[in-house]
Amino acid sequence: MGFLKKLFRRQAAVQDLPSGSLTVDRNGNTITSTISSAYPANLLKEIARDVLKLFQEARDSQMPLAEVSIHFASLRVTARELRGGAIIFLFPQTAMLQTPG
Amino acid sequence: MDQPKILILDDEADWLEMCREMLVQLPSQPDVRTASTGAKAMAQMDAEPFRLLICDLKMPRIDGLQVLAIVRRRFPDLRTVVLTGLEDEEFRSRAYALGVDLFWLKTDMQQNMKMFLDCLESLLGRDLAGGFRGIQNKSLMDIIQMECLSRNSTLLRLTRGPLVAKIWLQDGELIDAEVQGAHGEAAFQKILYWKSGTFENLPAEPNRPRAIEKSVNALLLESAQSMDEEQQAQTEIIEKTSHRKTVWRISLLAREGAEFVVAVPPEGEPEAWGTQMVEQQAKWTRRAMEISRQLSDRLEAGPISYISGSSAERNVLALNRDNKVFLVGWPPDKVDGSVLERTKKLVASWDS
Repeated sequence: MGFLKKLFRRQAAVQDLPSGSLTVDRNGNTITSTISSAYPANLLKEIARDVLKLFQEARDSQMPLAEVSIHFASLRVTARELRGGAIIFLFPQTAMLQTPG
Repeated sequence: MDQPKILILDDEADWLEMCREMLVQLPSQPDVRTASTGAKAMAQMDAEPFRLLICDLKMPRIDGLQVLAIVRRRFPDLRTVVLTGLEDEEFRSRAYALGVDLFWLKTDMQQNMKMFLDCLESLLGRDLAGGFRGIQNKSLMDIIQMECLSRNSTLLRLTRGPLVAKIWLQDGELIDAEVQGAHGEAAFQKILYWKSGTFENLPAEPNRPRAIEKSVNALLLESAQSMDEEQQAQTEIIEKTSHRKTVWRISLLAREGAEFVVAVPPEGEPEAWGTQMVEQQAKWTRRAMEISRQLSDRLEAGPISYISGSSAERNVLALNRDNKVFLVGWPPDKVDGSVLERTKKLVASWDS
């Protein structure tokens, strides 16, 4: 049994949702972050890239935005544009902890 | 004009391929599909509409005549052509009795290829105009007028899918009509609404008592007038409904204090009120939803509830409803919580 357990060690199926804030430059590089270092850096980079893309698309569509929020069922991503980069806030939305608006 | 679709049914694979290659070169550039059994052909016809079926007669399990009998009932508007190697007059008359548009022998087809292809092209074109099989491109009114002008005595038997109608003519005079339990003038008016179907001339029934006293021309004129009026009334209703909807939506915008609404379907033209930058705003809405969906998949953050944005000029909020994404613009003084509630309310009553 011990041998089988070693062979088929279960991976954690669910990734915790990120919580905290980070600032990114115009190229999506993280400058500061309060998000747990256990959270995968590549996923944070993808969040930053997508947020910057949203601002860029808004500018391209002649509808520039200073702030964007994406409200998922279990996470809120709020980003404020900051000299081409952005400050991004990540709020997990649990039944116990609902952030306003 | 859309690309017409042809289905060829034959149990010989090589023949199917040869026909397919030949038919795709028709001037109307049809989309040509093939089926090797009657069951497969029926499944294809159930799945999508075809304009023309080319059918062999001798096939295992379900033969061509059985297929044609089913097709006549289930797809009354489908044009049918029999293309067979069976040189038998009985089969020819049975096929025509089933309402086929064309009966052609495979040997003749090889000899008179051009004529065969011209016939098919003509059938594909005629289908757009509707009409009754037997006399292509002619409306029922034309057929009746022709019979009356020729002072014919006949029983016209008309079929459209499962429906059967009868019109009795005696020496060019309209005697009686019958359809779906209706008789006389009422039945005749009802039949005239048929736009397509098949018809056959049966022997006259001179002893049929006269149930229609009006002249056929008077009845045709009345019927044409009432059809025109109905069409006009329908157009007016559609225009009025559309106008009312627009007024309602503009008043809703004003009442709620929103600046604009853009309703973005998954594909096609967006609808917008209160904005001139429809294309740009619809483009951003689509892209924002797409980017957010991808992000949600990667983070496992669940479905998107809504997306909001703000600038010094305005607040915007995008949310899904009824397979559309609504982007609603609000003045910048509205606080975020009230924007969400107001947007939900506005979008919920949008199609009321």
